Amino acid sequence: MGITHVEVTETQPVPEKEKVVNDLSIQVATVNGSGSQTANTVLLRAIFQMGVPVSGKNLFPSNIAGLPTWFTIRASKHGYIARRKEIDFLVAMNPETAEEDVQGLRPGSAVVYDERLNLKRLRNDVVFYPVPFDQLVAPVCPDAKLRRLVRNMIYDGVLARLLGIEMEEIRKALQKQFKKKLKAVDLNFNAARAGYEFAEKNLPKADRFTVEGMDATRGKILIDGNSAAALGAMFAGVTVVTWYPITPSSSLGETLTEYMKRYRVDPETGKATFAIVQAEDEIAAIGMALGAGWAGARSMTATSGPGISLMTEFVGFGYYTEIPVVIFDVQRVGPSTGLPTRTMQGDVLSLAFLSHGDTQHILLFPNSVKECFSMGIEAFDLAEEFQTPVFVMSDLDLGMNNWMADPFPYPERPIARGKVLTAEDVERLGRFERYHDVDGDGIPYRTLPGTNHPKAAYFVRGSGHDETALYTERPDDYVKNMDRLNRKFATASRRVPGPVIQQEEHPDFGIIAYGSSHWAVVESLDQLKQEYGLGASYCRLRAFPFSEQVKDFCRRQRRVYVIDQNRDGQMLSLLRLAVDADDVKKLDSVRHYSGLPIDARTITDAIAAKEVRH
Amino acid sequence: MATTSVPPAPPKKVNRIGLDITPYKGNKSTLCAGCGHNAISERIIEACFELGIEPHRVAKLSGIGCSSKSPAYFLGAAYGLNAVHGRMPSVATGAMLANRHLIAVGVSGDGDTASIGIGQFIHLMRRNLPIIYIIEDNGCYGLTKGQFSATADIGSKLKTGVVNELPPIDTCALAILLGATYVARSFSGDKKQLLALLKGALAHNGTSMLDVISPCVTFNDHEGSTKSYSYVKDHDAPLEDINFIPFFEEITADYDPGTTTDITLHDGSHLLLKKLGTEYDPTSKTDALRLLTEAHEKGEILTGLFFVETKRHNFLDLINLVDDPLATLPQSRVRPPKSVLDEVMQELM
Repeated sequence: MGITHVEVTETQPVPEKEKVVNDLSIQVATVNGSGSQTANTVLLRAIFQMGVPVSGKNLFPSNIAGLPTWFTIRASKHGYIARRKEIDFLVAMNPETAEEDVQGLRPGSAVVYDERLNLKRLRNDVVFYPVPFDQLVAPVCPDAKLRRLVRNMIYDGVLARLLGIEMEEIRKALQKQFKKKLKAVDLNFNAARAGYEFAEKNLPKADRFTVEGMDATRGKILIDGNSAAALGAMFAGVTVVTWYPITPSSSLGETLTEYMKRYRVDPETGKATFAIVQAEDEIAAIGMALGAGWAGARSMTATSGPGISLMTEFVGFGYYTEIPVVIFDVQRVGPSTGLPTRTMQGDVLSLAFLSHGDTQHILLFPNSVKECFSMGIEAFDLAEEFQTPVFVMSDLDLGMNNWMADPFPYPERPIARGKVLTAEDVERLGRFERYHDVDGDGIPYRTLPGTNHPKAAYFVRGSGHDETALYTERPDDYVKNMDRLNRKFATASRRVPGPVIQQEEHPDFGIIAYGSSHWAVVESLDQLKQEYGLGASYCRLRAFPFSEQVKDFCRRQRRVYVIDQNRDGQMLSLLRLAVDADDVKKLDSVRHYSGLPIDARTITDAIAAKEVRH
Repeated sequence: MATTSVPPAPPKKVNRIGLDITPYKGNKSTLCAGCGHNAISERIIEACFELGIEPHRVAKLSGIGCSSKSPAYFLGAAYGLNAVHGRMPSVATGAMLANRHLIAVGVSGDGDTASIGIGQFIHLMRRNLPIIYIIEDNGCYGLTKGQFSATADIGSKLKTGVVNELPPIDTCALAILLGATYVARSFSGDKKQLLALLKGALAHNGTSMLDVISPCVTFNDHEGSTKSYSYVKDHDAPLEDINFIPFFEEITADYDPGTTTDITLHDGSHLLLKKLGTEYDPTSKTDALRLLTEAHEKGEILTGLFFVETKRHNFLDLINLVDDPLATLPQSRVRPPKSVLDEVMQELM
């Protein structure tokens, strides 16, 4: 056939009982800008369509072309969807990292690689599958300009053959990807088929891993957290969106724009029931969102840590003046260059008290795409009910990666606009005082600018105002207002989403986690039980301020491990401020801060090291 | 029992919409006596009263500084927001997005605009948001005791003897370049011109940028300052004699089309601009920028309406907003039905 020399493996076929079915992770190592995203998404989706629980993590650099990037796909019959540390199947396309990637594999793993990289010499305890990508792509893609993009589809075909992924699923996934662009579907499918046929002829199966059809994904969706949050905002009835591009939150604004253009244009007039403005920076983005919130819009912005820093003064202004606004913070490592495209729970402590003076904020911690959606709705209700900035804190892992989920339920609760008085209300009441705690819950009533009643207007000022919103610097006025704001926050602690608690009957210890760490914790709980016989109660935080249940959880445990994806134990610090004094010493910590999504093994190892007496 | 009859109080003068001056007034000013800003507040009160602007529709917005305190001193029946330093443009933008029926009156200072707020100022001008943006320009920071701002002229001297050596930012030239559609400069001491310009701004649909030189009597009114009352009076070179005719009045006076330009504004009001010697076309950016440059070279403080463009879409039309305020759209118009969620979910399966 004259293509090239073909490695004929000396390994014998794997006996049936040693086969590993639907429990593997694939890592594709490419150079960014090489168009691997389609191939990776298609591979992920093909496995998903076969009914096998799957997750994908894009570990990418802050760059457009030329730097190493990795995409890991995990298929798990157990339904584990956290990142797994160990790689079973490596696709090595990047000359820069190939050798290190291969050296990092466990014995028994497999490597599909561009044969020019000549990796086989490196080890003899892993299975090598060399593939002549360039020779294979030329005949299926006559247009040389497209070859670079189509080339990656070949490894989809090779993997399909080696792992047992059905080619029909690859085709269906391509159709999903390219929608009506039939030529693109054909071109990419032909490349995949060339890979499949090459593997069929030249690469006898020599590793243990296979994918077999299951029925665990029927009716489920695949979506990233930013898209889910965008959908949440749309169904929350958001009307003003002001944002500034920043990884990893940009796709939230962009996806929201697409959905709003499709579904929020008035059918009769063709006009938009929303305003989306790309602002000149994050200061302007939050300023616009606050101006809109003051004037009565359901307003939001989306950003990440460095943007949060710029918004700091305005967020404090929003707290003191009591203006509703929703801020989606898709957290990342920062600031400046370095690891801006890596994940972190890095803003917890700073957001809780963001700005100067005595400020405290409502934070929501979605753990899933489902909660990105539901909290994306609830945040708007909370912001208006409590007339204050509300943060929805996801992270790069949750926001930018695709996750499996049940279809999102349609919101049952009507939109809650909080304590807004109309002109008729003011007329009926005969008075209006903007910052008067009428109901004893710390939440005052507001009117919207434009309300046509002589008593409805008021003037918004930062920290110094009395109950009627008049300027004051009197100590007693200031203290009174600050105490009311505290009362409002206490009310919020009873209203925000409570923790989800899984109480063991006789726990060895407790675990507290939040956000995207949840999936690694769930897996770690199983590992701790299976490998060490340790049982843990688990409290998943969903909001700050903490409800009484969180303190109560800590009272009932002997020790509590707080899982943080940051170096300094930011949630640990917040909890130390909140729990009973006697419980502070119970709090211990597991911290993961490499820029990669947390994995179960890291948690299990860290806890076992402390809990297991050797 | 004998009764003494109290003579009835003379009826208060009411305007077009039946309101007397009371709701147009604000709290007592806490600025220095003689501050130019107080005169500007008075002109705003007069302009709104005389045009019959509904106070509840006005959103008064400001940043930080002496100038930004002044919205509390006019239109007490209007809504107000005193934002953070240099960021009034963004808050105003958001407010107008939320409720396009509002009338935004933004008050800023030269520090609030040309120094800390220059970024937001520039982007506001680009967008042509419907707003009246007033710079109360005294060339210094009053509230922090007199430091130079970025509109101070070269050679202007502080009380302490410090001389400004950096060129000033001409906010009018900048606004014209960037896309504002009604750009003027005035002097807080010129009641007639300022009132006409304010009324014109209220009748305009788009960004009106008014740089009003407004001397700081405490820190910048001395010999050697180029923003003092006496210096401005001596160097003020009005470009035209301005008459504003509101849409609800007829133009009665005859005017010579050769020397007077008639500008029809968005609401049907007219500005009659009678040229005072200088040949120029107020709808030409090139003319406006040339005039400003020449005046700088001559050391004159040119005042008047430099540029007006009545046809350009404002920002709210540009982004195709519905006619009703977004703020009060009912749930049925902002939460798509379940069928939409079902459709989206189907696509994601």
